Amino acid sequence: MFPRRTILTGAAAVAAAPTFGQTANLRLPGGPSLRPLAARFADKRGMIVQRVRPPLLETPFEVFADGVFTPNDRFFVRWHWADIPTSIDTRSWSVKLRGAVERPQALSYAALLRLPRTEIAAVNQCSGNSRGLFQPRVAGGEWAHGAMGNARWTGVRLRDVLALVGVRAGAVTVRFGGADQPIVPDGPKFLKSLSIDHALSEDVLIAFGMNGAPLPILNGAPLRLIVPGWFSTYWVKALNDIEVLTGPDDNFWMAKAYKIPANPLADVAPGMKDYPTVPIGRMPPRSFITAPRYGAKLAAGAPLSIEGVAFGGDCGLRSVEVSADGGASWAPATLGQDYGPYSFRRFSAALAAPAARGARTLLARATNVQGVAQPMKPNWNPSGYQRSCVEPVRVEI
Amino acid sequence: MTRVALLLAAAVLTAAALPSARRPAPARTALAADPFAPRARAITLPDDTTLYPDGPGVDAMNGYCAACHSPAMVLTQPKLTRDEWAAEVAKMRSVYKAPIADEDVPAILDYLAALKPGA
Repeated sequence: MFPRRTILTGAAAVAAAPTFGQTANLRLPGGPSLRPLAARFADKRGMIVQRVRPPLLETPFEVFADGVFTPNDRFFVRWHWADIPTSIDTRSWSVKLRGAVERPQALSYAALLRLPRTEIAAVNQCSGNSRGLFQPRVAGGEWAHGAMGNARWTGVRLRDVLALVGVRAGAVTVRFGGADQPIVPDGPKFLKSLSIDHALSEDVLIAFGMNGAPLPILNGAPLRLIVPGWFSTYWVKALNDIEVLTGPDDNFWMAKAYKIPANPLADVAPGMKDYPTVPIGRMPPRSFITAPRYGAKLAAGAPLSIEGVAFGGDCGLRSVEVSADGGASWAPATLGQDYGPYSFRRFSAALAAPAARGARTLLARATNVQGVAQPMKPNWNPSGYQRSCVEPVRVEI
Repeated sequence: MTRVALLLAAAVLTAAALPSARRPAPARTALAADPFAPRARAITLPDDTTLYPDGPGVDAMNGYCAACHSPAMVLTQPKLTRDEWAAEVAKMRSVYKAPIADEDVPAILDYLAALKPGA
């Protein structure tokens, strides 16, 4: 039988144990919905523990009510294999640059720091964010909405790094790997790729900073690929390997995993088989009402103040509309400060006092600058990817 | 307020006033002042000592499944059919190379199919 990892006992286990105590309720249809809330977990605090090993930590939804940027110590965490870096030394860290390049080399962290720096505000969202809300339910990390966050990412442009080594003619794909490793012999190492055109675009960064501080180790320190507008699966953590390929990447994580039905909403009927699939990529727009909270009891006769956070996905946000009658009528929300096309943006609206007491369904619907609006109906696919529908918030007046 | 604090406050205010998504990062005067300057750091991950709740097949669950991931990964799943669990176990074996012996698969499926997801 496969040897189980040694169970620590005694003082060492106590010292390293996460401080659980409170419980979070994710309200997933049919459950299970209760998760431990860790007061502390390595360099994180106040996180929903979906899984200790390898860590899956969800940001509690109320964090999104606080502002536009998600604090580093509340930012969600997701790793595939349990062998993840826990100590890093950027005095000796380097990134291998190899494949179809003129001057293959190992670029040191220090040398990378000397390249021109840039900063971009961007949402980082797991492909499976909100998977736990799929109906029928699907297997996987059972997240509510907290497998996302927004940060200011500081780093250098990937294209500046590729220019140092010279991309050869015939390059098609650029593949990225990090310091995380499979813990099973022959397990597929986590590798992701971008097309050469995408890799050479101005928005793709190699970041070392997050909200003005070094990246937390659990979020991919010391270097992380930043792919604004695209799902987090491409944002390779603890980046130490970049390989330019002269053909498509047929590695498992591109060819088999993270595939979605080949339609804009990644939507198929439950039970459907043998439909065309494509690698997941660009994010659609989403919006979330952060106030009032789900289940809130509101005073009758008072104006209804709605607040939230929204993003356009792979382009800027054009508008957010809100409804206090389940979608029968909509009113435009006021958008907050614009931190760029890939960032969260706050929205708010003050609606007239509802005439009648009782249950109400509040809705918000985002439309991006390309005219893509959130659908009312949830999408479905067996992997639980790319949920983007309007999310109802039920309140009592 | 110290001079450094004033400078920092000014930098923060300047940054906050710029709405651009891609404003240039502040110029560096010396590498020593760079918050991203090379250094070593580490975290300690919590260990997970939880085991699968008792039931037929629990030894196989603790022996195989808990080797790679916390039991929470399984125990937070919604109610799945035996066929759905069989697909998950097949994926763990064929794709993620979980070294589960053929003869131990039925015990694992018995355990998984009998799970009654809690609240």
